Amino acid sequence: MTAVKTESVPKPETGQPLLDVRNLHVTYGSGASAVPAVRGVDLRVEAGRKLGIAGESGCGKSTLALALLRLLPASATLSGEILLDGEDVLAMKGGRLRAVRWAGASIVFQGAMHSLNAVHRIGDQIAEPILLHSKASPAAARRRAGELLEQVGLPAARADAYPHELSGGQRQRVMIAMALACDPRLIIADEPTTALDVMIQAQILRLIEQLVSDQDLGLIMISHDLAVLSDTCDRLAVMYAGRVVEEGPADQVYENARHPYGSALSAAFPRIGDPASRHAPRGLPGDPPDPSALPSGCTFHPRCTAALDSCATEDQVLRPAGPSRRAACVLVEPEATAAPVPPDGAEEARSTS
Amino acid sequence: MTTTPPAPLLSAQALEVAFPGRRGAATARAVDGVDLDIRPGEIVALVGESGCGKTTLARSLLGLVPPTAGRVTFGGEPLDYAGRALKAYRKRVQLVLQDPSGSLNPRHTVYDAVAEGLRIHGYTGDEGAAVSGALARAGLRPPERFLLRYPHELSGGQRQRVVIAGALVLEPELIVADEPVASLDASVRGEILALLLKLRDELGLSALVVTHDLGLAWNIADRVAVMYLGRIVETGDVEQILTAPRHPYTQALLSVLPEADGEPVILTGEPPDPSKVPSGCRFHARCQVLASGEAERAGVADACRTKDLPVLEGGGRTQVACHWVAAETARAV
Amino acid sequence: MTTTTDAARIAGPRALAWARRRQAAARFWQQYRGHRTGVAGLVVLAVIALTALSAPLLVGAGSQSVTAAPGGPLESPSAEFPLGTDQFGRSLLALLVWGTRVSLTVGLLAAFLSVAIGTLVGITAGHFKGWYGNVVMRITDWFLVMPTLVLAIALATVLSRSLWTTILAIGVTTWPTTARLVRAQTLSVESRPYIERSKALGGGHGHIMSRHVLPNVMPLVLAQTTLVISTAILTEATLAFLGLGDPTIVSWGGLLQDAREAGAVSSGNWWYLAPPGLAIAVVALAFTLCGRTIESVLNPKLGVSR
Repeated sequence: MTAVKTESVPKPETGQPLLDVRNLHVTYGSGASAVPAVRGVDLRVEAGRKLGIAGESGCGKSTLALALLRLLPASATLSGEILLDGEDVLAMKGGRLRAVRWAGASIVFQGAMHSLNAVHRIGDQIAEPILLHSKASPAAARRRAGELLEQVGLPAARADAYPHELSGGQRQRVMIAMALACDPRLIIADEPTTALDVMIQAQILRLIEQLVSDQDLGLIMISHDLAVLSDTCDRLAVMYAGRVVEEGPADQVYENARHPYGSALSAAFPRIGDPASRHAPRGLPGDPPDPSALPSGCTFHPRCTAALDSCATEDQVLRPAGPSRRAACVLVEPEATAAPVPPDGAEEARSTS
Repeated sequence: MTTTPPAPLLSAQALEVAFPGRRGAATARAVDGVDLDIRPGEIVALVGESGCGKTTLARSLLGLVPPTAGRVTFGGEPLDYAGRALKAYRKRVQLVLQDPSGSLNPRHTVYDAVAEGLRIHGYTGDEGAAVSGALARAGLRPPERFLLRYPHELSGGQRQRVVIAGALVLEPELIVADEPVASLDASVRGEILALLLKLRDELGLSALVVTHDLGLAWNIADRVAVMYLGRIVETGDVEQILTAPRHPYTQALLSVLPEADGEPVILTGEPPDPSKVPSGCRFHARCQVLASGEAERAGVADACRTKDLPVLEGGGRTQVACHWVAAETARAV
Repeated sequence: MTTTTDAARIAGPRALAWARRRQAAARFWQQYRGHRTGVAGLVVLAVIALTALSAPLLVGAGSQSVTAAPGGPLESPSAEFPLGTDQFGRSLLALLVWGTRVSLTVGLLAAFLSVAIGTLVGITAGHFKGWYGNVVMRITDWFLVMPTLVLAIALATVLSRSLWTTILAIGVTTWPTTARLVRAQTLSVESRPYIERSKALGGGHGHIMSRHVLPNVMPLVLAQTTLVISTAILTEATLAFLGLGDPTIVSWGGLLQDAREAGAVSSGNWWYLAPPGLAIAVVALAFTLCGRTIESVLNPKLGVSR
């Protein structure tokens, strides 16, 4: 491994999560035209753990991903706390923020196909963050870029290629290599496989899993496909209209969602071999809500098959729905355990493979 | 059960579509010998990865791309590519594309978009009533609310319904849908798929759905045909093919789905290039059965590398184009 | 919104289409108003158009007559003749007002002809491609490379000297720019999926070009038209200045030519030279401002700052 010194992000003390988001609010615009994209989200990711965020268009998941590194446009107002290894990203000043971006956490962007600059070679684009964050020489940066390409399954010789010479799957690998360039502790993957074929998607997901476990990174994966998330991640959070409406161990949330939206989302992609979904596609009436015109009460009530009269007027907060599970639905009976929700992932580490 | 299956409505026979390479590059054989039948009231799913030729096959079935060999027949009659006959054909077979935002002219209202087909064909009846009827059948109720809207004022699901209404207004007998729900939100997919099923049940509308999503095939299709590099490699009833696939490619595709049991077979490399079709069985370069030595043990490894497989029949029979499967079946008999 | 829906049900497609067009026009005006330069240009144009239309009332047709000229030759500006007189004794202000009609007419008609040819050529070349497209584009390139003025002069000398000659000369020499722009836009529009959908519905060449390509190309054409008008007015002035315009008609370019012949340059009679030149410049500028504003309203991606 070529020695490239990046600005160090201090190791966490034990017990402190890698990422701790507390009551995050993100609003675009101001005054009368303010659009609340994220309305109070709490999340936690431990080092080496994988969190999946599921949701559709307009639910705020991409805004959340960009907010974690303060990559939103200037018109966006953020409040709350984003603690990356104990440091609040929202309180960081320019220099420290730039140092943390990419070296503390990095993003694999949505639409990776178009996130690559078409007139630069991919080797140069991978080397760019290395040069920005460390005092490495261009030659050392290029060597490191070659190593990263090998790590993601591309021959180092491809570093001289231009993006249009690569296929979709190969470009996505380049994006992952870029995200790893500065040895971040956390990777945020925003819809990393959405436009890809099933087989390429499987290759990319396997690559991500392998890299995350080899280097003990934290992973936040965002997708609208609950099945993919449940396969790859340890924990799953379902977002709707800017809030987390369900959260818990991935396989439990996927197979047995307590929130009606969660179960609708998982039913949208049927299990092959399940006779119940033969000739019976399940969907929700209506459309995902427009963030600038959210319904009153529980924002899901217009589309909910199990809605009560009170749902139109009373908003719901996350309530306990099982061991380390939470769901924001009036129909979820609070469990008898009065104990607060335990830190995410602590027990799951041993039980999940 | 009827003893004789009904005659196919739309049929491709030994269809080949090749595109000349640019500047002297090799010809791309997008569709390289396909027989496919679609019967009335049937939904057939055409499944494969990008570059396998499914999109080209769909467009040549519609008459948008003339074949370089073979032919397309509709209702028993071969397609006439001359102007007037082709235009008349358009009324009977319609197209629904993947991207609903791109499929609608942003300057036309919903009314104009749906009425376009009627105007092209010189419809003499009450245009307004036909448009409203089609919108209602596509699930946009009350239709009057949508007539004056522009596409950018509608959601993705509503736009796709407008596209479907535009296809329905001509009262076709068959719809070719190219990735109809791929660009839509997950919770909206079910509604559009349910609409396609409803149209089949209520209007007897057949459909050819081109998709890479096997779950979609499981949801609404009666038959499935799996395509690889211009040929159909496996075809048959959905229940059978998707629960007990026999072709190694289909098995690999199903094994990598997230909820599949067992070890996923992740094929290496990229989907192949139609201008470089391998000799013998086109899948042999990525085939896990050949790579693992199974084929060698069954004695078909040479055949896999050198002998091309016959084109599968278009009808509903379950068929597989694979030397190894053929050898195993022969041995079992 | 029951009234609208009831109206929609009763009215039928034509009324719906008109209602929508009115709404679109109102929206366009709303956005246009925000651009101060555009509004300024529009105001100037309105004043000039008004002047042109009311010329007979303002100054009377008789002011063009050479024989019944009211003043003495080449008088300086005074209370009676605010811009002085020409060598025949006609009030220059009156002539300037009359010249507005000719300059505007020629400018508008020539621009219309030029844009019509260019749009037709551009759309068909972009749609049909193949050998037709290639041949047409080579012809366009040839015209593009030719010096416009030389061609216009050649045409004007060959044909009889009249207003229509001028219009024709300008029209057939300035269409290539429009053609190239329109062809590029046609190619871009035709790559969209809705064109394929139209073909699948059974649409033929004519249908696609008129119902899909043309409406999408119109904003570009509109913006281009206003810019071509300024060019046309300037070219008309140049042709008239060179003595190739209609000698019996008063136009700004003609005034400049008369001024030169009357020796206004050497004798320092600025009131003969300056006003027509300024008028040409002002009109051309006004059209350009409007054209740029239309462009940025119709194509917000241009992001022209207000």
